[in-house]
Amino acid sequence: MLQIDLWKRVLIWAAVAVGLLLALPNLFYEHVETHNDAVAAIEARGGEATPELAAEAAMWPDWMPSSLVNLGLDLRGGAHLLAEVQVGDVYESRMEALWPEVRDVLRDERDVVGTIRLQPSAPDALRVRLSQPEGMSRALEVVGGLARPVGAAAGAGAQDLEVRAEGDELVVTLSEAEKRATDDRTVRQALEIIRRRIDEVGTREPTIQRQGADRILIQVPGVGSAAELKEIIGTTAQLTFHPVVSRNADPDQPPGIGNETLPSMDQEGVFYTVESAPVVTGDQLVDAQPSFDENGRPAVTFRFNPTGARAFGDYTAANIGNPFAIVLDDEVISAPVIQSHIPGGSGIITGNFTVEESTNLAVLLRAGALPAGLDFLEERTIGPELGADSIEAGRIATIVAFAAVLAFMGLSYGRFGLFANVALILNIALVFGLLSLIGATLTLPGIAGIVLTVGMAVDANVLVFERIREELRTARGPSRAIQLGYEKALSAIVDANLTTFITAVILYVMGSGPVRGFAITLGLGILTSVFTAIFVTRLLIVMWFERRRPRTLEV
Amino acid sequence: MRLRLVPENTSWDFFSRPKLWLGISAGLILLSLVSFVLQGLNYGIDFRGGTTIRTESAEPVDVGAYRDALQALELGDITISEVFDPTFGPDQNVAMVRIQAQEGQESVTVETIERVRGALQEVAPDIEFVSDESVGPKVSGELIQTAIIAVLLAIGAVLVYIWLRFEWQFALGAVAALVHDVVLTIGIFSELQIRFDLAIIAALLTIVGYSLNDTVVVFDRVRENLMKYKKRPLREVLNISINETLSRTFMTSATTLLALISLFVLGGDVIRGFVFAMIWGVIVGTYSSIFIASATLLLLGVKRDWSKPDQTAGTQFGDVDA
Repeated sequence: MLQIDLWKRVLIWAAVAVGLLLALPNLFYEHVETHNDAVAAIEARGGEATPELAAEAAMWPDWMPSSLVNLGLDLRGGAHLLAEVQVGDVYESRMEALWPEVRDVLRDERDVVGTIRLQPSAPDALRVRLSQPEGMSRALEVVGGLARPVGAAAGAGAQDLEVRAEGDELVVTLSEAEKRATDDRTVRQALEIIRRRIDEVGTREPTIQRQGADRILIQVPGVGSAAELKEIIGTTAQLTFHPVVSRNADPDQPPGIGNETLPSMDQEGVFYTVESAPVVTGDQLVDAQPSFDENGRPAVTFRFNPTGARAFGDYTAANIGNPFAIVLDDEVISAPVIQSHIPGGSGIITGNFTVEESTNLAVLLRAGALPAGLDFLEERTIGPELGADSIEAGRIATIVAFAAVLAFMGLSYGRFGLFANVALILNIALVFGLLSLIGATLTLPGIAGIVLTVGMAVDANVLVFERIREELRTARGPSRAIQLGYEKALSAIVDANLTTFITAVILYVMGSGPVRGFAITLGLGILTSVFTAIFVTRLLIVMWFERRRPRTLEV
Repeated sequence: MRLRLVPENTSWDFFSRPKLWLGISAGLILLSLVSFVLQGLNYGIDFRGGTTIRTESAEPVDVGAYRDALQALELGDITISEVFDPTFGPDQNVAMVRIQAQEGQESVTVETIERVRGALQEVAPDIEFVSDESVGPKVSGELIQTAIIAVLLAIGAVLVYIWLRFEWQFALGAVAALVHDVVLTIGIFSELQIRFDLAIIAALLTIVGYSLNDTVVVFDRVRENLMKYKKRPLREVLNISINETLSRTFMTSATTLLALISLFVLGGDVIRGFVFAMIWGVIVGTYSSIFIASATLLLLGVKRDWSKPDQTAGTQFGDVDA
């Protein structure tokens, strides 16, 4: 009656063994972590190991699985930020950069369109007034000629600019398709730059993810506070070079259209009026290094790519004797006078830097500028002590919960309760094995999910045992009762667990952060508990039954 | 000698006083709604925006002095509460400071937090700031929305699943029990003013899952017994099914509660509200799967083409046709 094929038995034990093996590294968490770090460090050095690293790597054998359950921020401590990228910033700089081009093509058509004048407008548009409105159609044609096809696949066939006439004014804006493509590019760029900046600081396993259309989630374990993390990624480090119109002391004086007034970084009360459209931008930098100027003061040397070098060279050649402003994040670092033509595309930024500031500036410039500003919507800091306390409390609570449930099951079902207990222990090991395998993150609510699993995992076994008890009452012999118990309880087990699983999936999809951690452990717990109840406990019971062949059975 | 929570063979009549049970439930639901409308939930910053700072010091927390120090900063509404927990050491005094969302700021700026820290440091020099969290109003609005959608989605998905696996009456019965559990949980959170944050939504969904688990096991037995006892009235079949599964219902609730209670006592204060919600949910869910889900089923009746739908006839011979 009670038969389980040999291959099934082998398969069940094999699955359990693999699960246990995967869970094992978590018992030696610190050893394995040191080993993993050392292995990564050796790899980063091109396979060459110092004796120290080799010793650390030897703390855990290479042939063993070494994936660990990641600890979430609430357990390890660290900082969490949710940033929104101000994608609109980019429209503005695009328009500023477009103005010289528009100006040049319209100037070439001066006979038809007359003189042109830039009008004040929304930041994401250019408004140009023509003195001869009858030339508008020609103006639309030449400015429209500046439009290029949108790069992204989503906007195939569309042009990046929209040019239209409003009275005697020509209005240029980005097309919707181009805005979408730009937004996407901006967020991806920001993501990449944030990643590079955080990598420069060198912390372990940061999470930097895009969320939704324009948000970026940043989680860095081990950073002291969200404020510190903000400092690392918060500076835009947008470096630009602008022609200087004038130097003055009054920030409220109207700068004139197409110009802007910027404060000096280190001289109080000094302002520069500069042209808004930069000559060259930091995007075209290929390198930046901290160094010293001829007077031995800290400075930063930089080098442009060929396009940047050409633009910079042409500009310096044409403007010898004029000042130009080096602007970082809307502050003028310095405004030297161009002494001579600078052809090589490299230069030096001097200001009142300390050595540390010049080093930081070089790092920021190398990593590239954030294409747009960031708004921080959410920030959390969890101190490492609080995380350690939470782990400790979670560990004790899990052990006590475990012991209580084991004792309770033993008292209620005797020998069968012991079988269920073996299955329960395997069950928790399997949850950890799976968590390690998929590289999931364990959070404090995740621990709660495991404790809940401890309580609920016995449910499937309880269903079966209660059913076997009932079948025993109709006295058909132990073997038949066990078989019927399993058969009849199956549909209840499947329905009950599937519905709970559905809610776990919804939690996972809709939830974020810690809630997700809970959904993962709950969902995995359901899977493993059904597996252990249907296969492992049953196999244990059958193996016992085959050896003993009892005439009567007490469950 | 085995431990038995429920005698071996029970034949309790769960529908002898339907009005009493439905009355109690209706009363509790009404109470929950009144409390919810009058007091409202004590929303955490996840849902309302703002900042919480957790402090720890060796000296006892002087809430009054903290408040005076912070009032001077003019940050609007500030709540300070001391946290007690059996897992804390003797010189571990913990307080939570909550600051409302500041006008015109998406998230509280570093400067605000620094000012709060500075002010508190003057009152308690050894104070440490173990964690701080701040959520902007934009995100908190979205979080509320997602949370509501998640709970509705879960209930909807379950409705469909049970409808497919059973019949629509079963689905409605299960959902009635779920709504009952969710409303009562929200009610107790509003009545006791326990902080209601994102984790509580997770607890609500777990309660949905647990309550359902219980209900489905009973319903599964009802379905089986409906085929077995074709001639018996529905009320009796329901009673038999509940009695047969009673032992299991209590066993599973007991093991789950054992695990949850140990987490409640020993798991630390950070997740205590979350665990409390689940303990409450297990108790209410067990009750509702017996009294609400089945009572709804009895009220709606199940289509049984072998007899006339006659749920009111309570006697054993009430629907014998022959």
